[in-house]
Amino acid sequence: MTRVLPVMPGPDGTFLVYMNKIEIGQGVQTAIAQIAAEELNASFDRIRVVAPDTSMSLEGASTTGSNSIQGLGRIIRQAAADLRHHLLNVVAEAAKVPVEDLALDDGVILLPGGGSRRVEEVWSNDMVDTVERDVGQPKPSSAYTIVGSSVPRTDLPGKVAEGGHFIQDLRRDDMLHGRVIRPPTYDATLKSFDPPDVDGVRVIRDGSFLGLVGEDEQLVERVATEVAVTATWDVRTRFPEFDHLYDHLLSQPDEAFLVVDGKPGDDPVPEIAEPEDAVKTIRATFKRPYQMHGALAPSASMAVFENDELTVWSHSQGVFSLRGALAQVLDLDPDAVRVIHAESSGCYGHNGADDVSLDAALLARAAPGRPVLVKWSREDEHRWEPYGSCAVLKLQGSVDRSGTVIDWNHDVWSYTHSSRPRSGGDTSSLLAARYLEHPVPPPVPRPGKGSHSGIHRNADPLYAFSRRRVVKHFVRDSPLRVSALRGLGAFANVFAIESFMDELALAADIDAVDFRVRHLEDDRAVAVLRTVAEHAGWGTPLPSDEGRGIGFAQYKNEKAYVAVCAHVKVERDTGRIRLLKMTIAGDVGQVINPDGVKNQLEGGVIQAASWTLWEEVTFNEHRITSVDWETYPVLRFEDVPEVETVLIDRPGLPSLGCGEATQGPTPAAIANAVYDAVGVRLRQIPFTPERVRSAIENAS
Amino acid sequence: MPAPIHLRINDETHEVRCDPDTPLLTVLRNTLRLDAARLGCGLEQCGACKVLIDGEAVPSCMLRVEAAADRSITTLEGLTDDGSLHPIQQAFLDEQAAQCGFCTAGMIIAIKALLDRVPHPSDAQIREALQVHVCRCGIHHRILKAVRRAAEAMAR
Repeated sequence: MTRVLPVMPGPDGTFLVYMNKIEIGQGVQTAIAQIAAEELNASFDRIRVVAPDTSMSLEGASTTGSNSIQGLGRIIRQAAADLRHHLLNVVAEAAKVPVEDLALDDGVILLPGGGSRRVEEVWSNDMVDTVERDVGQPKPSSAYTIVGSSVPRTDLPGKVAEGGHFIQDLRRDDMLHGRVIRPPTYDATLKSFDPPDVDGVRVIRDGSFLGLVGEDEQLVERVATEVAVTATWDVRTRFPEFDHLYDHLLSQPDEAFLVVDGKPGDDPVPEIAEPEDAVKTIRATFKRPYQMHGALAPSASMAVFENDELTVWSHSQGVFSLRGALAQVLDLDPDAVRVIHAESSGCYGHNGADDVSLDAALLARAAPGRPVLVKWSREDEHRWEPYGSCAVLKLQGSVDRSGTVIDWNHDVWSYTHSSRPRSGGDTSSLLAARYLEHPVPPPVPRPGKGSHSGIHRNADPLYAFSRRRVVKHFVRDSPLRVSALRGLGAFANVFAIESFMDELALAADIDAVDFRVRHLEDDRAVAVLRTVAEHAGWGTPLPSDEGRGIGFAQYKNEKAYVAVCAHVKVERDTGRIRLLKMTIAGDVGQVINPDGVKNQLEGGVIQAASWTLWEEVTFNEHRITSVDWETYPVLRFEDVPEVETVLIDRPGLPSLGCGEATQGPTPAAIANAVYDAVGVRLRQIPFTPERVRSAIENAS
Repeated sequence: MPAPIHLRINDETHEVRCDPDTPLLTVLRNTLRLDAARLGCGLEQCGACKVLIDGEAVPSCMLRVEAAADRSITTLEGLTDDGSLHPIQQAFLDEQAAQCGFCTAGMIIAIKALLDRVPHPSDAQIREALQVHVCRCGIHHRILKAVRRAAEAMAR
């Protein structure tokens, strides 16, 4: 284990920043480098970020939950300030001048009277143990020159010009390519297969785990395809009927929790009771299907066993969690496992990244000394990644004479939203583990009880209602494999809440924006709503069959505030919803990189629009049938709207995570815009042309 | 020993010996270490593997390397001229038109094919040229801006 500080001088006048968050296209490396450069008064070019590596990095949480700027950003800011403090004090003592008379400026400590010392003259690596922590004073935001500006992404120049940069590009001498032949479906046992008789390809079997390795990738793939055809399996999985997915969910036993201030508690769940002074009471049921991360790059990993140590290159969101999980399945001491992050495409949560690392490690264990690169196929990724959980939501609300919401009920039924790898116990969420000769079964899901986590994320609305009853119904056994997908429960919950707010606004005969504002006590929430309405031309007339709709949320009721306005046109004959323009207003507190924030908010809107209009995982009796981009259609260039984003600048206020903030508001904005356009309510995602046509027919 | 296949890539000639059914993408990446063209699906459904062949943007994940022999192939690596970026590459940087960047190489190739043929494309023509290209991060609208910017720069 190399001793490092989160921020420390590197070679040639650079400063090294040891990340414990990964780059997944959200620009975190650039933003964190800005924070370090700011506190060190260094030009941005001096900063070198080092990707997470369990042998060096600060152990820390995964890159999840929109926590990178708030979590690592705070650590790096303080560590850089501490380093500055240390360097100035060392020079002050040596030169016998007051430390207040010194300044750190772009890699140089300036002395009063004109002298200077370069950082590399002052620093030695054994100072790692003597740099005092939490004593440096971070700069006030008023002094910022780098933080708050749209520094271009450091990784893009490479990506527009050349290859490399991704895990799939790793090359090592003596490398083997590996492929795993997976069962036709989840619960299956390998009965037999015809072993290949081919020079240069070796079979590795452990129970129902069947893999191949060889030096020639093309040969390994060809042989894997041939062997897969000969493999016979005992298949036990029976999926519920696709058309009765939600009935199945509601028919299963559930554990119900009353959610108060965002947290599920043990208080008894009260019955819904319609208040006496209700002038209008409405009910609505919303549905969200299983949806895919669908990372553009199928997951990949490289592993090598050398000298009783396992080294793994992975694009996992959590290198430390993965290390523990691998050590557990392989029966190794975690200290003998090193996980190094290498980038893959955007993952949007827990996809196949960790599973493929176990695949690589299992194959590498059978070929000690040879690095093994395993690349999942498109079909592997589509079939085996853990999906975003499906959900049913039932809302009931009442307004009184004055148009105020006097009763609000939200019941959400769903499966777990996380099966991220952990270590310990007798279970493993790593895919291959359950197929081994001595299987390690997957963990039994348990209800999450944290604030705004999983199923109940953003179920507790920010609005000030006099009476609310928010209930999380945890259903244990999902027929499909599930884990964290960007936004988690916020996508379904905010879809329902923000659609329902429009329905209540209509019942109260109050403008949808005004209706929300009346129920908000948070000025920043009001500001994003008013800003988006203004920029979207809210209230100005539109041609027939065009409409505007609003969606609002503060992610987890404590992170970024976002309002989205969708302007759509509905084609009555085809049922196609054309997204004309999406307007976004965001407040993320102190912005580190405005363009980076916009990119995340906009990317989230486009992705959530794809989920809303196109995406649902399909399956038949035994198998997933969403196996490629034709059987799992997604938003394409012809569907892309114009996008405008307005950031409300809040210098000096704590930075708020924004990477998942637009997922929730987007489906509601679209649903509300469709209602405005053609007067129909869409409550089941995705809003396919068939569903839209059917809704229009039923309405007329 | 298979017969040699002659490939002309980025104005250089390469002689490769491999199974003639090997996809061009595999040869580019594994044999020639030109890995800007990427595997997204292996089914010609996502555009990540596109290269230019005689000026046309073509997926390389299913194209047999033998079928690409003796034709003029350009990959992303071939667009940079003496270290200086092609206007399309520069436009991507100016618009910051990428998030994870995995789809980027394929898109730039498709855009080059379009702009070389249609210097002032309409919005509809741009969308059509990129229709097969999957981006999951949601960068599409920035890419449209980058194409317009590149078209302007190339017209000058």
